[in-house]
Amino acid sequence: MSSSAGAQGAPIKSTGLHIGEPAPGVKKVDPIIIANNITRTFGGLTAVQVEHLEIPRGAITALIGPNGAGKTTLFNLLTGFDKPDTGEWTFDGQGISGIPAFKVARKGQVRTFQLTKALGLLTVLDNMKLGAKGQSGESLARALFPWVWRKQEAEIEARAIDLLSRFKLDSKKDDYAASLSGGQRKLLEMARALMSQPSLVMLDEPMAGVNPALTQSLLDHILDLKSEGMTVLFVEHDMHMVRHIADWVVVMAEGRVVAEGDPHEVMSNPAVIDAYLGSHHDEDLGDLDTGVMTAIKELADDDAADNKH
Amino acid sequence: MIDWLQIISNAAQEIISPTTAAYALAALGLAIHFGFTGLLNFGQAGFMMLGAYGYAIATLTLGWPVWAAILTGVVASIVFALILGIPTLRLRADYLAIVTIAAAEIVRLLFTTNTWVEVTGSANGLQGYKGGFAALNPIPPGTYGFGPWVYNEYDWWVRIFGWGLVAIAAFITWRLFKSPWGRVIKGIREDEDAVRALGKNVYFYKMQSLILGGVFGALAGMIFILPRAVVPSNYQTSLTFFIYAILLLGGAATVFGPIIGSVIFWVLLSFFSGFIARAVEVGWLPFLTNVQAGQLRFILVGITIMLIVIYRPQGIFGNRKELAFVK
Repeated sequence: MSSSAGAQGAPIKSTGLHIGEPAPGVKKVDPIIIANNITRTFGGLTAVQVEHLEIPRGAITALIGPNGAGKTTLFNLLTGFDKPDTGEWTFDGQGISGIPAFKVARKGQVRTFQLTKALGLLTVLDNMKLGAKGQSGESLARALFPWVWRKQEAEIEARAIDLLSRFKLDSKKDDYAASLSGGQRKLLEMARALMSQPSLVMLDEPMAGVNPALTQSLLDHILDLKSEGMTVLFVEHDMHMVRHIADWVVVMAEGRVVAEGDPHEVMSNPAVIDAYLGSHHDEDLGDLDTGVMTAIKELADDDAADNKH
Repeated sequence: MIDWLQIISNAAQEIISPTTAAYALAALGLAIHFGFTGLLNFGQAGFMMLGAYGYAIATLTLGWPVWAAILTGVVASIVFALILGIPTLRLRADYLAIVTIAAAEIVRLLFTTNTWVEVTGSANGLQGYKGGFAALNPIPPGTYGFGPWVYNEYDWWVRIFGWGLVAIAAFITWRLFKSPWGRVIKGIREDEDAVRALGKNVYFYKMQSLILGGVFGALAGMIFILPRAVVPSNYQTSLTFFIYAILLLGGAATVFGPIIGSVIFWVLLSFFSGFIARAVEVGWLPFLTNVQAGQLRFILVGITIMLIVIYRPQGIFGNRKELAFVK
């Protein structure tokens, strides 16, 4: 990732987010989400069991953990796409536990999906316009009278085209979203989410299936969100990305939060290594998950490289 | 010798017949459900039936004026849409399909049962409800028209009323699907979770769509009974499938597709049935009896529709580009 530091230099990390020692459930100076005692079981499997979690405002928080750790389930719970067995949480000081997904989104907490949900047979521009909130033309009665909503529609279109040009999709605005490449769809989904002018953007694996050429542009867009004052929470497996842009990292394993901290500390935390490698990683178990090993090794190399500078 | 002129003239009459208008309007309602919102409604016949019976019963049993009778049918279809929608619209699309096909049959059997024979007329159905509608006819008595389209004042009044309703419904649909409301609806067709994540109340929009398309179905049911009697056996499941055929023929996510589809469907059906009946008479098809020939037209229509769906799957008015990305 040395190239990403490029001309602009490494992104500026937000620090001083927490109060006291970083540990699972540590208090934050200015939390945007405060969650307590969230559990979700599927039959006998406890997918999520989070006692306390705070997400810092105005920062980029990464949610990492091995497959099956409950990251996406937690995402679904926080965004109202799934109902927890127990637990409550607040967003911006308002209790939003148990309210439906569309109301969560209206409060300014917008999400994307692991499997990109571009609306294929809508044009790119229509995808974008759909993201805008509070459209009077979306009421059935008013939809029949274009003069009621035409002015707002023009404003929304201008905003959509502005965002599309930032995401370099403006030349595609009249194409069906289905004609975009996988990476472009990720960009479109993120741009569409921004149309709702959210205060918290939740990205579920924004880098999955994105080719390396687009990775950098996606990273820059995520960093832009923070510089515009939005809070970002994302799930990711790409450790480079996590280390590069995250200000704070929450590690989950087997449904629980096992560690929290800034990216460097977390990566060296024994609990995290246990979570990724199993607690018996120092014993010879035969073949280990080579993918995870590679990820951890790369991180160690990155750290070593950074220390040299 | 086959009387080609007669066959063609009969087929040409179907272009403006009230039955064609009724099917066009019902197909337009289905286009809102299936083509634009992605709701698999297999109970459009039930909506039509409620419109037809709502109108007839309000006129005959309750003695209400025309406007109140129309309103009765519309309200009945709204209630039906709510009953179908409240439990199923939160679930996956296939549940609505199962529930609607069953509910339409339940409605048909309820109207056929002898229990309420004084009100519903049971299997014989209802007639004699046309007085109020005929009294509103502004056309002076007489015979008008040219070529194959020569009708008396009542027949013209039915045609003008029926096609007028189709035109208004098409205009409303066209307006809606050019608006932000239509954008949300089409978004729901593509992926309702994505639309939900953008803060739209997907359930509410699906309900609105189900009601709107259902009301169009009920109005279609009223046009359908103006040139004939109300007979419960007209509202079998096959009616819904004919309307689906019309919809696919014209193009599912279009406004004019269902209307032109209905015209083509009825012209073809009339042409085939006229042609086969006469072909049997003159002995061109010695292996067929007259009864068998009556069924053959549906086979030919079926083949025609299959060919269209295979070689032009977007329908006549559909956008070919849309089909390039079939999931």
